[in-house]
Amino acid sequence: MMQNSSSNIRQSLQRIYAIVIKELRQLSRDKPTFGMIVMIPFIELLLFGFAINTNIRHLPVALVDQSQSEIARTLTADLTATQVVNFVKTYQTPLQGAAAITRGEVRATLIVPKDVAQRLNDGRPVAQWVIDGSDTVVGNAILILKNMPLTSLNPNIQTNPNISQSTFEMTLLYNPERRSAINIVPGLIGIILTMTMVLFTSAALVRERERGNLELLITTPIKPMELMVGKIVPYVFVGLLQMFIIVGLGHLIFNVPVNGGMVQLLLATLLFISASLTLGMLISTVAKTQLQAMQLTVFILIPSILLSGFMFPYEGMPVLAQWIAEALPVTHFIRLTRGIVLRAAQLADLWSDLLWLACFTLIGLLVAAKRFKKRLD
Amino acid sequence: MADIAISTEGLTHYFGSFKAIDNLDLSIPAKTIYGFLGPNGCGKSTAMRLITGLLTPTSGKIHVLGMDIPEQAEALRLRIGYMTQKFSLYDDLSVIENLRFISQIYNLDSRTSKQRIDEQLTSYGLNERSTRLAGSLSGGQRQRLALACATLHKPELLVLDEPTSAVDPENRRDFWEKLFDLCDQGTTILVSTHYMDEAERCHGIAILESGIKRADGSPAQLMKDLGAQVVEINGDNLRQLKQTLIADADIISAAQQGTHLRVLIKENIDDPKAWLQQKFSDAMQGRELSLVRPSLEDVFVHSTGEGRQ
Repeated sequence: MMQNSSSNIRQSLQRIYAIVIKELRQLSRDKPTFGMIVMIPFIELLLFGFAINTNIRHLPVALVDQSQSEIARTLTADLTATQVVNFVKTYQTPLQGAAAITRGEVRATLIVPKDVAQRLNDGRPVAQWVIDGSDTVVGNAILILKNMPLTSLNPNIQTNPNISQSTFEMTLLYNPERRSAINIVPGLIGIILTMTMVLFTSAALVRERERGNLELLITTPIKPMELMVGKIVPYVFVGLLQMFIIVGLGHLIFNVPVNGGMVQLLLATLLFISASLTLGMLISTVAKTQLQAMQLTVFILIPSILLSGFMFPYEGMPVLAQWIAEALPVTHFIRLTRGIVLRAAQLADLWSDLLWLACFTLIGLLVAAKRFKKRLD
Repeated sequence: MADIAISTEGLTHYFGSFKAIDNLDLSIPAKTIYGFLGPNGCGKSTAMRLITGLLTPTSGKIHVLGMDIPEQAEALRLRIGYMTQKFSLYDDLSVIENLRFISQIYNLDSRTSKQRIDEQLTSYGLNERSTRLAGSLSGGQRQRLALACATLHKPELLVLDEPTSAVDPENRRDFWEKLFDLCDQGTTILVSTHYMDEAERCHGIAILESGIKRADGSPAQLMKDLGAQVVEINGDNLRQLKQTLIADADIISAAQQGTHLRVLIKENIDDPKAWLQQKFSDAMQGRELSLVRPSLEDVFVHSTGEGRQ
């Protein structure tokens, strides 16, 4: 009896061993998969290890100087020295400064009033920060400046214990309660759509090839571009449905306002869906198997989550990571949705991101159609 | 020349350094069934893919229906139907959905499409199964569906790559009936097979081996021109007898077929029965010998034997 059961175990182990060896053999013959096993942790660790930086610096801000005084110049020099902000624009009126925030050009505007000298003497807040509150991480980084000591302007302040006033008056636009859901939900549209759209089309051509359907299709009069467009169109509707679910639930459950126009959001989403589907199509012309298509999708998805500005502010990343982020459709889309949903920005204000998505779609489709040959050689 | 549907001259194709098709000359008359006969890997599929423009030849010329291939391959696609070796329609679409899909890809207008689909469903016996998913059909039904799709747009040329390899004999016979119907209606059919009985039904065949054309002509002509005589020998220990016989230089081949051994003997032997009994008198003791008509298999064995050694 003992002998019987031990031989059963031995036989069972032998069968497991056979499967293990077979899996390893197949894996080692699938070169791209094998490569990705090594490359995914390697590249992504290096990339994200350096790229993800919650210590934000050099946020682009604007200056509205109504005083035209020496004090204003010293003040901006002191602020620049903190490395938190970087004055990239100058405007005449606070209104223009606010418009720049809406367009997403700057994250905040510093308004230095006419009576800045008087305020400094009185120990009142010397100037006002108008901050884009839609991204709470960015907002918090600027809020830290509230009590910045003005040592170079008025050395007495530090030694005078009676003065406990803040240096700046802070005004948060768009998200005064600093709720993170406000910022996360519009970004989530981008992430979820990237996940589903890229995955849908990346497997599309590969699946036809694996099932043998492609051999039939290439003998028919269908043209590569027709095949690409035909495969993309149905998923556009899937994407729009997902967008409505996210925006609707976000509004109902998390109370995320839709400040901008629904039509504008629809238009931006349409462009982004097309760009993501095109990206999937490109993957589909590269991948040989559905497994490879899946891995390449994940390879796109991880930077889309981490580098797009969804989780960590774009401004906090090194230049190289910013370049990668610029190449991803989702980075542009997150700028668009946050602009439209939170800051009531007009599409005309965000034209560069729109243009980028449109160009990506067109060029991507052309490349995918070119790569797809109606030949077997 | 107008009646030649497919012609090739010096057609050669390499996959890397492997020569898949070697200097192939073909001249296939229109409105006939022409077969490629050969073992797996002999270049049948490659030749078909070259002819339909799916592969670009390394060298040589191809003319199909008066067009230069591969240059005019796109224009050719409208005029041919192609059936792949593996079932390549959509398993997760129903019979009628597959037919509709193909009819739209070929730009049939909706009236013609409806009429043609009805005709095809009736003609291929798929009426009762029109809403079944293609994936749930039997091998024979799938093959009928594939042929119905390939002929939906009434192509002038039908290219079938081993169409019956997964089909039982009865369905194979029905399938060939359909091919003869199509041929009568004026379709040129190019078919590849490794079944002798199928090859025998063709108007003309080319026997391919390692990418080289070994024989070309009508099956009857090829059997007549065999250049060998066939003797059947019965009795016991046929395996042993075969070993003895094939060692002889005048014997081309010997193959066991059930209770008898089929022996191919060179043409220059005058009376092969007497010659056998005389030369192998011990081995022929108590056996019956009979001279029989050559079959296509004999032609095949005879013409491909040289390459093997």
